[in-house]
Amino acid sequence: MSKIFPRSANTLPLQIVVFLIVLGTVMVAAVTYYSTPKYLDVGYQPIQPVPFSHALHAGQIGLDCRYCHLGVDQGPASTIPTAQTCMNCHSLVKAQSPLLAVVRQSYQTGAPVPWVKIHVAPEYVYFNHSVHVNRGVSCVECHGRIDEMDTVYRELAHSMAFCLDCHRQPERFLREPKDVYNLASSSLAGQGRLAEAKKIAQDWKVKPPQSCSGCHR
Amino acid sequence: MSAHPDSAAVGAPAVLAEVKPAVLPRPVLVANNRNYTWITDKICSLIEGPTPTWWWVCFIVAIFVASFTIAGLTYLVGTGVGVWGHRSPVNWAWDIVNFVFWIGIGHAGTLISAILCLLRQKWRTSINRAAEAMTIFAVACAGLFPLFHVGRVWMAWYLFPISNANAIWQNFRSPLEWDVFAVSTYGTVSVCFWYVGLIPDLAVLRDRFTLAGHNLRAWLYGLFAMGWRGSNRHWRNYEMAYLILAGISTPLVLSVHTIVSFDFAVSLLPGWHTTIFPPYFVAGAIFSGFGMVLTLMLPLRAIYHLEDLITQYHIDNICKITLATGTMVGYAYAMEFFIAWYGSNPYEGFAFINRAFGNYAWAYWIMITCNVITPQFFWFKAVRQNTTLVWVLSIFVNVGMWFERFVIIVTSLARDFLPSSWGYYSPSIVEIFTFFGTFGVFSTLFLLFIRFLPIMPMAEIKAVTQQADPHGGGDRH
Repeated sequence: MSKIFPRSANTLPLQIVVFLIVLGTVMVAAVTYYSTPKYLDVGYQPIQPVPFSHALHAGQIGLDCRYCHLGVDQGPASTIPTAQTCMNCHSLVKAQSPLLAVVRQSYQTGAPVPWVKIHVAPEYVYFNHSVHVNRGVSCVECHGRIDEMDTVYRELAHSMAFCLDCHRQPERFLREPKDVYNLASSSLAGQGRLAEAKKIAQDWKVKPPQSCSGCHR
Repeated sequence: MSAHPDSAAVGAPAVLAEVKPAVLPRPVLVANNRNYTWITDKICSLIEGPTPTWWWVCFIVAIFVASFTIAGLTYLVGTGVGVWGHRSPVNWAWDIVNFVFWIGIGHAGTLISAILCLLRQKWRTSINRAAEAMTIFAVACAGLFPLFHVGRVWMAWYLFPISNANAIWQNFRSPLEWDVFAVSTYGTVSVCFWYVGLIPDLAVLRDRFTLAGHNLRAWLYGLFAMGWRGSNRHWRNYEMAYLILAGISTPLVLSVHTIVSFDFAVSLLPGWHTTIFPPYFVAGAIFSGFGMVLTLMLPLRAIYHLEDLITQYHIDNICKITLATGTMVGYAYAMEFFIAWYGSNPYEGFAFINRAFGNYAWAYWIMITCNVITPQFFWFKAVRQNTTLVWVLSIFVNVGMWFERFVIIVTSLARDFLPSSWGYYSPSIVEIFTFFGTFGVFSTLFLLFIRFLPIMPMAEIKAVTQQADPHGGGDRH
């Protein structure tokens, strides 16, 4: 009987097995590296309708975050300011600047400025700003050094691992209340005051949920 | 060593001549003294011959039925898992019933191939290949349900410990996670076992197609025959591999359905939280599996005229195992009731009274009729010899075992601790379609199997023929 397969086919099963193992390993590694918020989202910096500089307003001038983002310490959402807030100053300062035309138009018509949202929590995640900032979690922990950005970009990866990092050991990220809106400050643990942070976590009952339903309600 | 059986009596004690011990011939496993050539030709002809018309009719019907599952699951993925109509308190219903039903059916195949192999039950040879195929296809159907029950099926890889960006890990204290590993191990080992057994037969088909000049078919069967030449070394390795796989599969017969039962027994729900579940589930699984073996093998035997290979002795044995396991299941039903009374737990007691006389009493009595009464007919030789009746009874077994899982899962959930959260569950049309379709999926796979693969292990059958044992039994000399 003539042979159907060449001699080289003897090693074919082994080659297939090795190929499958390599393929599986590479796929897991690739998904782990590429298909994560750290790779996909960090550095997202859309062009905004108004070239608003946080570096100028929050950094140089030193406006408090809450001057514009009202309600961050009072409820779940950190609001985006209306044109009214801008016009508090800009009706006098650079009142005729063409860069502010969109703001003036919004102020007159009531139609909101079409800001492009950068930090979006998925709809299946319940997130409350006030409970975080009122217990000593600073804006900077999630949003990065906004006060140094001319155009805001995503500095940190908002993956679930990122949330859980803090929820599993909150004392490493707590600040004194006075420093929460001071983005240049460092956490108590960063200042070598971990014991103090642990005491604060206990006194303020900082017990972040780690169960699924804590955030996925 | 004596060549003739009767001459063995020469050296026997003189008393035997007075006692005249009865001659108890071993049952013949291949009837009509068929020879090796006949066996090879018979089994290969099912593949080599033209496709029968009935096969096409069955295949088209099976594909049509299977499309119901495909449609149901497509709709579920497109819309959401809510289309199954599960809501509090009955959050597990037909999907888990179907999962346990199908996975249970698989157990007969593993029992036949592994445990009966280790126990040297030679009658297994003519049914083990098809029963193993049944196992694999049943596990495939079973796997669909929990896979789609997770809702976002594209996230199902979360069930496996693969690194992810969410800093979460599988909960290895959950029986549902044990289930993932139990079922995937079961599927993998079953496929390996089946495939290893197929290799010598695939080589036979390769050689026959080569001689007949069918080059493409020779190439395809040759590819999967993995260069089998039937040399002594090949057979030695083969026998050892087969034995090892039988050894690995044997605990799986018991462990897989034990772990499936843990899905329920580890919870605290009255009606689920009982220690009898593991043995009761295993007995039920083997019962349902042998029921399905009868349902599949009897038509196959009739259509392909395999009466010489699947003899009345085989049918008797399968019926007796069905009778034994069915009676065990009946005993478990009685024991559940006894313990509910003896344990004096009012919730437990209510759960069982409610099963028999509550809203779902109709399901309970279908279960009792099919699972406890039906197998008792197999006590009678006349019943076992009536193939049509055996087939009808096997259908009742299949129905009964589906209802057993329905009774366990749905009645317990619908009446839990709080009367305020009681409910009554009825399946949604999508859920009915999805289950109905799995019979098509199973049939499609099984029809492909009987058309393209040898339905019986030729070499193993040859070893149990009369010709392979010319001295008429090893104990005579």
